[in-house]
Amino acid sequence: MRRLLWVGLCLGFVALIGISSAGAKDIQVGFIYVSPVGDAGWSYAHEQGRQALAALPGVKTAFVEDVAEGPDSERVMLNMARKGYDLIFATSYGYMDSMLKVAGQFPKTVFMHCSGYKLAPNMGNYFGRIYQARYLTGMVAGSMTQSRQIGYVAAFPIPEVIRGINAFTLGVRAVNPEAQVRVVWTKTWYDPATEKEAAKSLLDVNCDVITQHQDSPGPQEAAQERGAYSVGYNTDMTAFAPKSHLTAAIWNWTPFYTEVVQSVRNGTWKSASTWPGMEKGLVDLAPFGPMVPEAVRARVEAEKARIIGGEDRIFSGPIKDQQGNLKIAAGELAPDEVLLGMTWFVEGVVGTTE
Amino acid sequence: MNAEMILPLLAAAVQTGTPILYATLGEIVTERSGILNLGVEGIMMVGALAAYVCALATGSAWLGFAAGAAGGALLAAIHGLVCIGFRGNQVVSGLALTILGTGLANFLGVAYIGQSIPGFQRAALPLLEGIPFLGPVFFRQDALVYLSYLAPLAVWAALARTTWGLNLRAVGEAPEAVEAAGLSVSRLRWSAVLIGGAFMGAGGAYLSLAYTHLWTTGLVAGRGWIAVALVIFAAWHPHRAVVGAYLFGGVMAFQFRLQALGTHLPSSLLLMLPYALTIIVLVAAGLRLRSQAAPAALGVNHEPPD
Repeated sequence: MRRLLWVGLCLGFVALIGISSAGAKDIQVGFIYVSPVGDAGWSYAHEQGRQALAALPGVKTAFVEDVAEGPDSERVMLNMARKGYDLIFATSYGYMDSMLKVAGQFPKTVFMHCSGYKLAPNMGNYFGRIYQARYLTGMVAGSMTQSRQIGYVAAFPIPEVIRGINAFTLGVRAVNPEAQVRVVWTKTWYDPATEKEAAKSLLDVNCDVITQHQDSPGPQEAAQERGAYSVGYNTDMTAFAPKSHLTAAIWNWTPFYTEVVQSVRNGTWKSASTWPGMEKGLVDLAPFGPMVPEAVRARVEAEKARIIGGEDRIFSGPIKDQQGNLKIAAGELAPDEVLLGMTWFVEGVVGTTE
Repeated sequence: MNAEMILPLLAAAVQTGTPILYATLGEIVTERSGILNLGVEGIMMVGALAAYVCALATGSAWLGFAAGAAGGALLAAIHGLVCIGFRGNQVVSGLALTILGTGLANFLGVAYIGQSIPGFQRAALPLLEGIPFLGPVFFRQDALVYLSYLAPLAVWAALARTTWGLNLRAVGEAPEAVEAAGLSVSRLRWSAVLIGGAFMGAGGAYLSLAYTHLWTTGLVAGRGWIAVALVIFAAWHPHRAVVGAYLFGGVMAFQFRLQALGTHLPSSLLLMLPYALTIIVLVAAGLRLRSQAAPAALGVNHEPPD
């Protein structure tokens, strides 16, 4: 069904662009991924977007996967720019400074960096409000836990990850005020064995729902083996743990990438920081597992509808940090700058941000 | 940390230590013959991929395990060819093998990322699992863990109680003497390199068949290097390799549990623990043993007389 929808969508675009851009020259779009595309995680989600672009007429795409952050990525970007690519997407935080450098050398190429904050006249950055989906998955986890202990296998203590943990925890406590979220850092983005071990340590301290930030299905596997529940990230991870997978916070880059390609082609592209969320369909929830009761689904769907309607009240006060200090006052809604620079945990998280 | 958490922690220590144990045993056999193989990391990667691909194709986890060992032996054969056949530098050849094995496995394995296999699942041993303390720690694991309990015994018996083992150890200490006795130095060293490679491949296979049930780039993630270090810690004895591997696995499992309990120690410090311990243990072992424990001819190529 989903595939059919995709095909339909793509055909729609084909028809649209076929009419609007007859005779225009092919646009060359390059993607740089930090992990292999088959990882069923972060890069896989971007790759779905690229494949949708590749199906459009007049769009040529290419990608390089498993590119290390730092000098390696700079070499790959230079190579793409020299070959005359019109638009380059780099989809990892650590590519930011390399991209800024290369963007300075190729003013005619458009550079788009995912999850960073630096800008240049020909370099924009973009990210999605995945924390909205995290909040909703937190509500699901909070409804399903018996022990009121939920485990979070976390990657690196940077604002993006901390924001996700906080939104998740707020979601958990919106439905289950006594519950706690326990955080274990692995300092990895993709190491299935280590991440599985970290999940097992959380299961051993009585957590009965496990979620994660990394791209590997390791934590999902650990939850299923112990008969616990799990919440995935990046893509629908049901295939790895059908008995435990409640839902997942997922990415859908296709509409956004299509929009950017169009704007570059029309010459309307401008350097900016964009941060769309559920309202654009960039961020979503994976289908619920059969074990999620109807009442929980209804409650989460209602909240989802509110967020899509533009009512994102996730980080509205009063919100306290772990020590009980008031960080966001009652009635106040945290501005984006606060969210983007978040380095503290909300009340209800067990763990440190160091 | 209370008593209920100790048993799962120890069980996790055994499981985390198992792939390292297989690899350490492989390196011990190899080094006992006088050949230093620094390619463990690469050999484990190839072993992990070979095991995974075979298990996926045949549906048999045991065939996969065999393929992992065979793949490891095959890559180790390159080391044998360079060091025994052409008397090349053992350190350089080993390092090259790590780079080659890692790159080759990452390259050939792209198509297999994201697939999943049943592999080896936890299977408690009847009767034995009921033993208090020992049961939950040692006998509620998977088949490859049980096999790894026998492996150090087998390596020890082979090295200490067979003629082949005696000759092998002699080759590691004084190849000239072995040659004077009319034995082939090359043949003995070849056998050690291939058997050692099979053990390393088995360590890699454990990661893709039992520890996780998937293949990915960088699956071994430095465990091969830990094995190289543990050989020195173990003073080239198979039994002590067990202690070293479980100690490393135990510290790894312990620091995650400390985090899960909500400690205030920075995670960077905790994640460093297993590696810091490895360094401390190496220094301690170095001070205690000097270099007496190492095979005298380790890393030295044997030039046959004209």
